[in-house]
Amino acid sequence: MLLEFSQPLEYTGLANWFDTTLGSWSLPVKLILVAVALLAAYAIIAMILIYVERKITAFFQARIGPNRVGKYGILQSVADVIKILLKEIIHINNVDKFLFFAAPFFMVVASMLTFGAIPFGKALQAVDFNIGVLYVTAVSSLGIIGVLLAGWSSNNKYSMIGAMRSGAQFVSYELSAGFALMTIVVLTGTMSFSEMIAKQEFCWNIFNGHISSIIAFVIYLISGHAETNRGPFDLPEAESELTAGYHTEYSGLQFGFFYLAEYLNMFIIASIATTVFLGGWMPIQIHGFDGFNQVMWYIPSYAWFFGKTGVLIFLSLWVRWSFPRLRIDQLLNLEWKYLLPINLVNILVMVILVIAGLTLTDLFPILAS
Amino acid sequence: MSSLSLFLVVLITGLVLVIAGLGIAILLAPTSFNLQKGEPYECGIPTHGTSWMQFKVGYYLYAILYLMFDVEAIFLFPWATIVRDLGVQGLYSIVFFIVILGLGLAYAWKKGVLKWM
Repeated sequence: MLLEFSQPLEYTGLANWFDTTLGSWSLPVKLILVAVALLAAYAIIAMILIYVERKITAFFQARIGPNRVGKYGILQSVADVIKILLKEIIHINNVDKFLFFAAPFFMVVASMLTFGAIPFGKALQAVDFNIGVLYVTAVSSLGIIGVLLAGWSSNNKYSMIGAMRSGAQFVSYELSAGFALMTIVVLTGTMSFSEMIAKQEFCWNIFNGHISSIIAFVIYLISGHAETNRGPFDLPEAESELTAGYHTEYSGLQFGFFYLAEYLNMFIIASIATTVFLGGWMPIQIHGFDGFNQVMWYIPSYAWFFGKTGVLIFLSLWVRWSFPRLRIDQLLNLEWKYLLPINLVNILVMVILVIAGLTLTDLFPILAS
Repeated sequence: MSSLSLFLVVLITGLVLVIAGLGIAILLAPTSFNLQKGEPYECGIPTHGTSWMQFKVGYYLYAILYLMFDVEAIFLFPWATIVRDLGVQGLYSIVFFIVILGLGLAYAWKKGVLKWM
């Protein structure tokens, strides 16, 4: 076991793991296994997140939260899923039927495609593209098509206003998120998630590029939070003015899919921030303390990943319940007049740091892995 | 296995999730007919007119601005991976590029595009 860790690590995808362990099985079986694993992870993570959010929210508001179904209400989300499956899908008059039907597909498929590219642990990644970061920014913005379709096809004023707000907001903050990730691409010189994690063994990216990285991290958290329509940025579904925003007219499982995608997006933002800035599934490693490092490797990599992601999700919930909702002009000003210019300057600062050799791994080459 | 085939698997998984879910829901869920169910959701009075109408132009201006910067991002990503190899030369050319785009943002700002009315 220890010998294995002293060898250079192999960063392989889930599919390659199937290749080696199930070498004799036929290709379709392996692909179906990948699909089943993804589906299970998708559903289970969404259910856990919904329970965790309700419970933490309750504590923030000095309530008890769900506590009837199962011990401490653990089975509450299971009950909710069964309930939502048994709800009638109501057909609304005067909607654009095809687009109304198509909208949940965009939401779920966009989050699923992004979900597939996340490295959950050592060799636990469905699709490992060499352009991972670009792929994630591209694919996750498909979701906004679903939101706009839902809002427009519903033929309802609440939906329309909600969708337009959501569109403007998502499109604006998408830029900041992309540029913040680009800052780290400048630092690491790779867009592949697995290579990025490999380079962070002794020095996480957030420390490696010190000033610039920390600014990028904060900007990514803010814009990621805004992209998921949560917290102080939840104007698209501001319940006091727009009832439920773009999914007002949806009922039953179609509404459930929007709900599912929203929670998954929160998880995806947190996990990409973990992967890109906080070392992903890599355990905490301190150069020179070999005994400590080996002990850390005994904690499974997915535990590290979910631990770091969980901290970020908790941070997002904390923000959500601490700040009042912004107005649409304040929201757009924050992005276009503050975050975007800061981001552009920040990229240049990072380039100078990299070229002048002022990053931590350049200054202390023993930290580079 | 290539990344592309896995990408297709993930895509199909997403589609199957929605289709299977909706199929199960349609099979299991009870249905009942009621004329009022089909009406658009409103505050209590019948909704007035259609919602497919002209909409505030402010949102589209932001969308156009977004387009400009998103295309910029596509150009910058390949450059970002090879900053170390390009060295100072790469810095000069990209400063030029970013300054021109920054001027575009400054122009829009000056023209009042970023002001919500």
